[in-house]
Amino acid sequence: MALDQIVDGLSEVSCDVLVIGGGTAGPMAALKAKLKNPKANVVLLEKANVKRSGAISMGMDGLNNAVIPGYATPEQYTKEITIANDGIVDQKAVYKYAQNCYKIIEELDSFGIRFLKNENGDYAVKKVHHIGTYVLPMPNGETVKKALYRQLRRARILISNRYMATRLLKSADGRIAGAVSVNTRTAEMLVIKAKAVILCMGAAGRLGLPTSGYMFGTYENAANSGDGYAMAYHAGAALANLECFQINPLIKDYNGPACAYVAGPFGAYTANNEGSRFIECDYWSGQMMLEFYNELLSGKGPVFLQLKHLHPDTISEIESTLHKVERPTRGLFQQGRGVDYRSESIEMHISEIGFCSGHSASGVFVDDNARTTVPGLYAAGDMASVPHNYMLGAFTNGSVAGVDAMEFADSHDFAEFDAADVALERDRVMAPTKREDGIPPNQIEYKTRRLVNDYLQPPKVTRKYELGMRRLAEAREDMQEHMIARNAHELLRALEVQSIMDCADMAAHASLYREESRWGLYHWRTDFPEKDNENWFCHTLLSKQNGRMTSEKRAVEPYVVPIADDEKDLYDKQRIRASA
Amino acid sequence: MPLASFQTSVPVVVDDAKCIADKGCTVCVDVCPLDVLRISEMTNKAYMAYDECWYCMPCEADCPTGAVTVNIPYLLR
Repeated sequence: MALDQIVDGLSEVSCDVLVIGGGTAGPMAALKAKLKNPKANVVLLEKANVKRSGAISMGMDGLNNAVIPGYATPEQYTKEITIANDGIVDQKAVYKYAQNCYKIIEELDSFGIRFLKNENGDYAVKKVHHIGTYVLPMPNGETVKKALYRQLRRARILISNRYMATRLLKSADGRIAGAVSVNTRTAEMLVIKAKAVILCMGAAGRLGLPTSGYMFGTYENAANSGDGYAMAYHAGAALANLECFQINPLIKDYNGPACAYVAGPFGAYTANNEGSRFIECDYWSGQMMLEFYNELLSGKGPVFLQLKHLHPDTISEIESTLHKVERPTRGLFQQGRGVDYRSESIEMHISEIGFCSGHSASGVFVDDNARTTVPGLYAAGDMASVPHNYMLGAFTNGSVAGVDAMEFADSHDFAEFDAADVALERDRVMAPTKREDGIPPNQIEYKTRRLVNDYLQPPKVTRKYELGMRRLAEAREDMQEHMIARNAHELLRALEVQSIMDCADMAAHASLYREESRWGLYHWRTDFPEKDNENWFCHTLLSKQNGRMTSEKRAVEPYVVPIADDEKDLYDKQRIRASA
Repeated sequence: MPLASFQTSVPVVVDDAKCIADKGCTVCVDVCPLDVLRISEMTNKAYMAYDECWYCMPCEADCPTGAVTVNIPYLLR
């Protein structure tokens, strides 16, 4: 039978720990869970194929946040991330990451992933952040996924590719009981009972629309449609600081990183149309993005990444990295435009908005054991709230989640869910396939994301937000009543649009709740232009309560690493001052 | 409301002469993160069925015969 033809079916399986998402955090979580209890069943569910899924589909050029003895300390890193994230950090999780990540680096090394060393055999760590030194290149970074996959096979993890999880199942007393999923090529449904579930489903990267107008030309892997955020929300888990959007400086139109973390340590820098530097530090913070945005609009834009002053051999070295890993089609793109880094600077622009704690702080709320607010439910990687945690954070926190989830599974039996919840979910999932006539998912998605750009991207204006929410509610009604899917592939997209719509609603709700400006461009509210530490030095937690979207404040946990008063605003001073 | 089909120039191109999908190979279809490649029932060769591409390259990198080429989607070229 041909792929994509819809098959009506529902089956059920069970496992001890279910990991949803096989990108970066997920494989590590599954591996650690299995190693913790080799007799237990661990299932790794993936919407695409674990071999090539997620943000590191084509590998990664290096570690952006390696805390390596002799170069940086956990205390220094915790301080840096606290300041970069405007103080709104539960330091315990960041500190734990900083303590554990070196062990993970050594483990990745044992998997065959190499890290750059100097002539003395020490790790050749580079400085990109404002204060400390944490960037470590990976000379064979294109092999990361292959190395991980080998480990998964060796540990006998059960991998189910091309299954999209759609909703979590819970027991009457609120404990996690499993998940409902759908095969993306046949539309057959699969219920997976589990004692613990770990969500590693990546960023919400298909929220804003790229300026190119191409819906899949996103910064994030376009498969990352925010399904994890939506599932956590509907399961009643709290989501933290969603108003702290992800917005990144990228190669204009190509919409991938240029990449300052690769080129910066060699002497490349961000410049305006006069060739002058205007920011102190190329590390991706909200404060840096605000200066980038201001420069673009100032008459001194466009903004460029300047490389041409470097030695040709240096440029060749940078080029070989940029054109080999993470986004290798960068080379093809520049070639098509006739851009040679030796003679021309790279035109930069800012990305569409998204949720991603990997680069900002918007994620499902977790503690230092990767536990969400739902018992038995964990989250790690770009979708969990540990801020600025990048790839190494996904590996390290995925590892924490895997171990803790297996401990939970070992001490609990299966929780019972209501069969009626599965029946309801089946109706919701299949609804677009039951209609004879209606609107295809691509049109609903385009309109939703166009509305996100028109009304929700910063600067955030209350009046615009109110209008945007009305327009989104109309689009939601179209989606719920009129969306059609004529085959299983269209159904995949139809389900993704529902995640995107939920994320758009959450982005709007969370942004209106925090009545101050914080994190530079990420949460710049024109009606509340100042930072208000007296009333808003806190997390905001968004959750579904009695069927309604609700936001509340949550105190920042007392710091483990104290920050001196004169250090607190180091990241606020991003603009280079004209010297007197 | 009736639907119309929408023409697009797709970024992934498969060289039929090199493609061995007719001998059972499905590597490019298997690895695509967006699941946009299919095997044609007419030619038994791989092709891009859905214009939903992240121009990420696994299809090209993993093809055993070098039959797949990823181009930059026209809108952002």
